[in-house]
Amino acid sequence: MFEIQRTIKYEADRVPGFGREVMGVPGCEKLKDCIQCGTCSGVCPLSIYMDYTPRQVMALTREDFKREVLGSHTIWLCASCYACAVECPREIRITDIMYELKQRAIHEGVYPRRFPIPVLAQEFTKMVHDHGRVSEGLLVTKLFLKTNPLAALGMAKLGMGLMKTGRFSVKQENIKRRAELAKIVETVDQENLKGKA
Amino acid sequence: MKYGYFPGCSLKGTGRAYEESLLPVMQHLGIEMRELDDWSCCGATAYMAVDEGKACALAARNLAIAEQEGHAQLMAPCSACYLVLNKTQHYMAEYGAMKRLVDKALGSVNLRVTRPTPVRHPLDVLLNDVGLEAVKQKVTHPLKGLKVAPYYGCQIVRPYSTFDDQADPQTMDRLLESLGATVVDWPLKTKCCGGSLTGTLPKAGLRLAYILLKEARKRGADVIATVCPLCQFNLDGYHDKIAARWEPVRIPTVYFSQLMGLAFGLPAGRLGLQRGFVPMKPLAAVTAA
Repeated sequence: MFEIQRTIKYEADRVPGFGREVMGVPGCEKLKDCIQCGTCSGVCPLSIYMDYTPRQVMALTREDFKREVLGSHTIWLCASCYACAVECPREIRITDIMYELKQRAIHEGVYPRRFPIPVLAQEFTKMVHDHGRVSEGLLVTKLFLKTNPLAALGMAKLGMGLMKTGRFSVKQENIKRRAELAKIVETVDQENLKGKA
Repeated sequence: MKYGYFPGCSLKGTGRAYEESLLPVMQHLGIEMRELDDWSCCGATAYMAVDEGKACALAARNLAIAEQEGHAQLMAPCSACYLVLNKTQHYMAEYGAMKRLVDKALGSVNLRVTRPTPVRHPLDVLLNDVGLEAVKQKVTHPLKGLKVAPYYGCQIVRPYSTFDDQADPQTMDRLLESLGATVVDWPLKTKCCGGSLTGTLPKAGLRLAYILLKEARKRGADVIATVCPLCQFNLDGYHDKIAARWEPVRIPTVYFSQLMGLAFGLPAGRLGLQRGFVPMKPLAAVTAA
């Protein structure tokens, strides 16, 4: 027995205003000019693994299908290689739109569960806030323990190799003026709140 | 010639061979690089995915430090750092709201960005400031017979680079030729290496690394030359996983700066060549063949 799944999107699935909101963000304005040519999907090295192709994400975003794009794997598979943004005949900054969608998915907590990529983004950011620098070995170890401890075993050999070549360390690097970072972040938060008020 | 130097986290960690080779090579060419005091992480691709405003403000902190220290230009060898620092400048120039936000955030800690400090990649500096003639003059051990596949990856040419072509870049090709190497023509110069997906989603990420390695071998390259710590890591670190999934495609991947050091006759032990998983054959073995 196969499970019947609805793939057609209905008017009722839209969240009116979402597309306009995204197009109001710096870097995302040109989405309105998309002609659905598919160049982005064609040059994307990862589109074959995506649930929606980049072209579909552009259409769905513009047409207010918020739940579909924010819950998609596509936005997290984007590796930011900017091939689409450079090739787009309408000069749409597709990579930057993907970033905007990622931020919204994290903010609303709707990214796919147990998917390591958004977890990595958040752990990375936390390490930058707390220490000012990223210690790669420590970051990756944390990521695997959080998402897939079993996979960490598969990475043990790589870790050993890195240690042997002096490229792996779990020592946390720190900058001196960490209070400065905290203050910068706090000020951005305050400004964002003011903007919303 | 003097530059501020923004190493970024990878050049102090998994990519330390890049720094270990770049600094002596630049010094050999008479270029002074002064590391920014107390620099912080650029944010790479991860931070922009969480909060763009904060990502720009934190990246701009480094630009403010560069300005405070009086650097006319900043060198950023890592592709992610190069991209993020340039992107921050673009956003501040193009979007008034972003500039006001960043100015306010920096102002809260008495830092300021009042002018754009050009953020340059070492390839740009070598080709356009130093010049290939000056590079050639330093070559004492030409890389004769060494077939190199130049791999640029994505983020130094796209989307902000002004010093090279976005689809078919040439700067590293010409640099390698000036060292006496034979440049292998291949179509994957700027294809994605998999980025952080090699770790987070190996099924997709490793395949991209595999395709690059396979093509470089097919084209007869002895070695792949890279400009980015993440590209180097992805092409060098996963050979047994790639062999287990598809087929063995062993070929060494080194930084262009390591090849420069060899051609300049700097001691191989001082160029971080021992840090690769797939070792490069000693030059004498290649050039004698």
